[in-house]
Amino acid sequence: MHKYLVKRFLLMLPTLFGVALVTFLLIRVIPGDVVELRYAGDRGAVAQEILDQERARIGLDKPVWHQFLAWITGVARLDFGTSMWTGAPIWDEIKLRFTLSLQLAVMATLVAVALAIPLGVLAALKQDTWIDYAVRIFSIAGLSMPSFWLGIVMILVMLVAFKWLPPMVYTPFWVNPVQNLAQLIWPALAVGYRYSAVATRMTRSAMLEVLREDYIRTARAKGLMQKLILSRHALKNAMLPVLTVVALEFAFLIGGLVVTEQVFNLNGIGLLFVQAVAHRDYTLLQALVMLVAGAFIIVNFLMDIAYAWLDPRIKYR
Amino acid sequence: MRRPILVPIVLVVALLLASALPAPAQDKPRSGGELVFVVPSEPPGYDAHQEETFGLIHPMAPHYSTLLRVDPFDKTGTKPVGDLAESWTISKDQLTYTFKIRKGVKFHDGSELTAKDVKASYDKILNPPAGVKSLRKVAYTAIASVDAPDAGAFVIKLKYPEASMLLNLASPWNWIYKADILAKDPHWYEKNVMGTGAFKFVEHVKGSHWVGKKNPDYWDKGKPYLDGYRAIFISNSAAQVAAVRGERAMIQFRSFSPPERDSLVQALGPKIAVQESAWDCANLVAMHHEKKPFDDKRVRRALTLALDRYAGSQALSKITLVKDVAGIQVPGTPYATPPAELEKLAGYGHDIAKNRAEAKRLLKEAGVPDGFAFTFKNRGIPHPYEPLGIWLIDQWRQIGLNVKMEVIEASAYHPMLKRGDFEVAMDFQCGFIVEPDLDLPRFVSNSDANFGRHKDTVIDDLFSRQGRATDPDERKKILRQFEKRLLDEEVHVMYTLQWHRVVPHLAKVKGWTITPSHYLNNQLDTVWLSE
Amino acid sequence: MALNPPLDRALDLEVARAAGGWGEAMRDFCLRRPLGAAGAAIIALMLVVAVLAPLISRYDPVINDFGAMLAAPSRAHWLGTDAFGRDVLSRLIYGSRTALLVGFGASVLGATLGAVLGVASAYFGGRVDLYLQRVMDIFLSFPLIILALALVAILGNSIPNLIMAIMIPMIPRSALVIRSSALAIREMPYVDAARAAGFGHGRIILRHMLPNVMAPYLIMLTAFLGQAILLESSLSFLGLGVQEPIAAWGLMLRGAAVEFAEAAPWMAVFPGLAISLSVFAFNLFGDSLRDALDPRLRTQ
Repeated sequence: MHKYLVKRFLLMLPTLFGVALVTFLLIRVIPGDVVELRYAGDRGAVAQEILDQERARIGLDKPVWHQFLAWITGVARLDFGTSMWTGAPIWDEIKLRFTLSLQLAVMATLVAVALAIPLGVLAALKQDTWIDYAVRIFSIAGLSMPSFWLGIVMILVMLVAFKWLPPMVYTPFWVNPVQNLAQLIWPALAVGYRYSAVATRMTRSAMLEVLREDYIRTARAKGLMQKLILSRHALKNAMLPVLTVVALEFAFLIGGLVVTEQVFNLNGIGLLFVQAVAHRDYTLLQALVMLVAGAFIIVNFLMDIAYAWLDPRIKYR
Repeated sequence: MRRPILVPIVLVVALLLASALPAPAQDKPRSGGELVFVVPSEPPGYDAHQEETFGLIHPMAPHYSTLLRVDPFDKTGTKPVGDLAESWTISKDQLTYTFKIRKGVKFHDGSELTAKDVKASYDKILNPPAGVKSLRKVAYTAIASVDAPDAGAFVIKLKYPEASMLLNLASPWNWIYKADILAKDPHWYEKNVMGTGAFKFVEHVKGSHWVGKKNPDYWDKGKPYLDGYRAIFISNSAAQVAAVRGERAMIQFRSFSPPERDSLVQALGPKIAVQESAWDCANLVAMHHEKKPFDDKRVRRALTLALDRYAGSQALSKITLVKDVAGIQVPGTPYATPPAELEKLAGYGHDIAKNRAEAKRLLKEAGVPDGFAFTFKNRGIPHPYEPLGIWLIDQWRQIGLNVKMEVIEASAYHPMLKRGDFEVAMDFQCGFIVEPDLDLPRFVSNSDANFGRHKDTVIDDLFSRQGRATDPDERKKILRQFEKRLLDEEVHVMYTLQWHRVVPHLAKVKGWTITPSHYLNNQLDTVWLSE
Repeated sequence: MALNPPLDRALDLEVARAAGGWGEAMRDFCLRRPLGAAGAAIIALMLVVAVLAPLISRYDPVINDFGAMLAAPSRAHWLGTDAFGRDVLSRLIYGSRTALLVGFGASVLGATLGAVLGVASAYFGGRVDLYLQRVMDIFLSFPLIILALALVAILGNSIPNLIMAIMIPMIPRSALVIRSSALAIREMPYVDAARAAGFGHGRIILRHMLPNVMAPYLIMLTAFLGQAILLESSLSFLGLGVQEPIAAWGLMLRGAAVEFAEAAPWMAVFPGLAISLSVFAFNLFGDSLRDALDPRLRTQ
């Protein structure tokens, strides 16, 4: 098993490198560059010498492989450079937004799990009854609505019916927990509801699978209380795939919910992504993609460890 | 026989009565309170000499003063008044401008401002040191030299007389920096804030907000009225509207769309005041003069004749940021063409049926078949580009043209225009002060912004002549000729509709007057809150 | 990241299904899984509407009519008109074409290409598998929205480009799942026997491996269908999807619909309902299909 884990760990590196390379090349293919965007502004025209001067200052005039080398060596030292749009160090740009996105991801995941597990277990226990159907309809409805539509409707209802609006500015949790939660609970609910759908389904089918296992039938026959069965045998085995799904969704959430952040006006990673693309801010974009991909890859890796540890029956190539 | 005497007496009495009536709505300004406003975009850097976005002006202009500025109470935004300049004289030959600099103006660090600082700032704008750029250098080619012969005098010498020089100097971008700092480090102002404005810098949290507080040593005693301001960065327009509606923010200084205004008015009633103005921005259609069939001016003329601008204005002004039908200058400003004259230009007549018949005839004559298809490229911005695009396509459909719209992402748009990678494309023109010298250089044949690539020496000549005409009437005449050549005789470009600025704000915000430019009137020294 | 039970269970099921025939299976499906049947019915309705669009819509979805702009639902316009006077119902009807075109196009291509790569990866194993896996990993960890943004910015906004932009993130997900299923088959003794007997790669893949990955393939396909429609509407909302004046549900929700949400709610409500309903139908159907094919077959 150790050999397997080491192998998986080493395999992370080429993947990360691949992501870095693809991002680097992909964004440079898109037409338009940061210098023109910044100085042409609303008027649409700026002197060529200014453009050349700025490009040289940022380093865009060097050949692509040279730029890549300079950047990747920086990354190896964990120095992601400075934003091409503002000139500030990348970490300065990201840190506040990352805190928000991370908190939102955590809160949304909690909401999703809080919804999914009880609903999924319930649906499995009452399979094919109207309760089962109701749960399935409820969770699939969450998957089906466009997230921005839900957000717009929520904000409109708050304004029109309750004449209240969530705080517009982000305050970190340790500064003012009430205001922080008042702002983030609504997008957490909207997002959590959406993501609970897959986890609910996973929980339900996992529970169904486990309930059919022989040892559960035997336990039932022995007359143990259903609750005991559930909590000790069934649930533990059901956890595996559910855990997978939850962890993967969490990793996706770190990537930032572009549309949700727009609608709820959250200063998060998703919004930063959109701005970075609009500005053609290569360094910021590269750093963001590395961050998100890195989070995803690491979560994947941790999941592999969890699997290998929790269920020795599983064989891998 | 007595009536002729009565009339003037009655008039005089009426006038006396009218002047005795209290002036409407000029309550006495009240001190105190924090102005909270939203800004759709954020400043990438802090040096106005090197930036071009309104996202810089809105949160930062209150920290700085300029030599001259536009009168904050003038709705046309075309009257220069002194900011740091107390008064000025212009020599008879119009080549020397002497400005008397105010005494007792302090920088936020306590040091006193002198003409030396003004000179250093203008040196930076006109002749930036190596590694520093100046985006406005090209606007001041007429300036020969700038000097500060003593602490209270700033002198500008021109190479040739220029009618628009004063207004040009009132640019909101020409912030006055401290000479000593510039001498030590010309890049300092890119990352730091320190000016002589009515508000001192407090904090900037990236992606979140900008805070300024009252400058107690501001030279204009009694001002600013506000204790401070807070600018919140919100890029999503629905969220901006929600903020004003929830009364968390009081104003957004750029513009809202008409339906957003209507929803705010409906929701807040008397708590909302709305100010509107024609905007110093317009969308034009650029036609590539080197691609068939747009090299033929009959085809270009047909395209502009097809547009029912007046009906379009009526309908589109309900849903997007356009309203007036205009030519090369914003309606209501000194050099704008009166409507009666405008009607004579191609596409500005009221008989749309006649215009369209003529357009069809021209197309036939030029050999363009019915159902001819071409691609119209548009910029991917919701207001007003997209609605205008939809409207244009439908108008051209009515003269038998089959137009497909291709929307290019906003960031990729300008490179596309520069490459000339289009047949017909949406162009745009935005200025910060309504002045022909600032609005029209792009139509000169060798301009960087001449995307349609027209080559017309007549236009070039007319443009330089209007710039040197010091008599306003003479200048108007030349501008009329310029407009006629541009839009009617040659149809090098066509104007669609003038943008329209709609700024709904909480009624308690007073002392701010809308102008045609969202770059003007943002120093906030005259703004006060009535509660 | 799939958890795979031994293949014989799936194989047994396939044999059982084949014995009953498709007609029997469908009837069984409708009776035992009413939710899935309901979903299928809605999908069928959508297809009919899309195909018959020019016949059933009263108005041209593209022509402006400023005389009737922002009209509330009435006899003349059953669902009202939008900011350009275009009939909302007609635009919804034509919009179903765009939704189905993009939805089916992207998901069929994505699922199929992914399946091909997954099977190839599992079958050939070794180096091929290793490299393909890494490439798939790279695209999997790439944030979806960025990929779409970049692709649309490079390629422009036409429908084929949009299909491509939506399909590309789907390929690695499909490949991953199909690979897991195919791996289990690969290890079966009869595959080695077939190779030893001299059967070509192609024949083994076609005759033995493909039929057995049908189940997860179909499940992926139906899951992707709903996701593709949602992704298209998100991209249109961001301004990167289908462009005016084409009728598309996501596009109808952009700009004016949000601004007029109070004054003219029909502009936003009906397209939102259309999207939700169709994605709901696809998800219901896919959910029941997954249950039917094997409730114990756990895939990602």
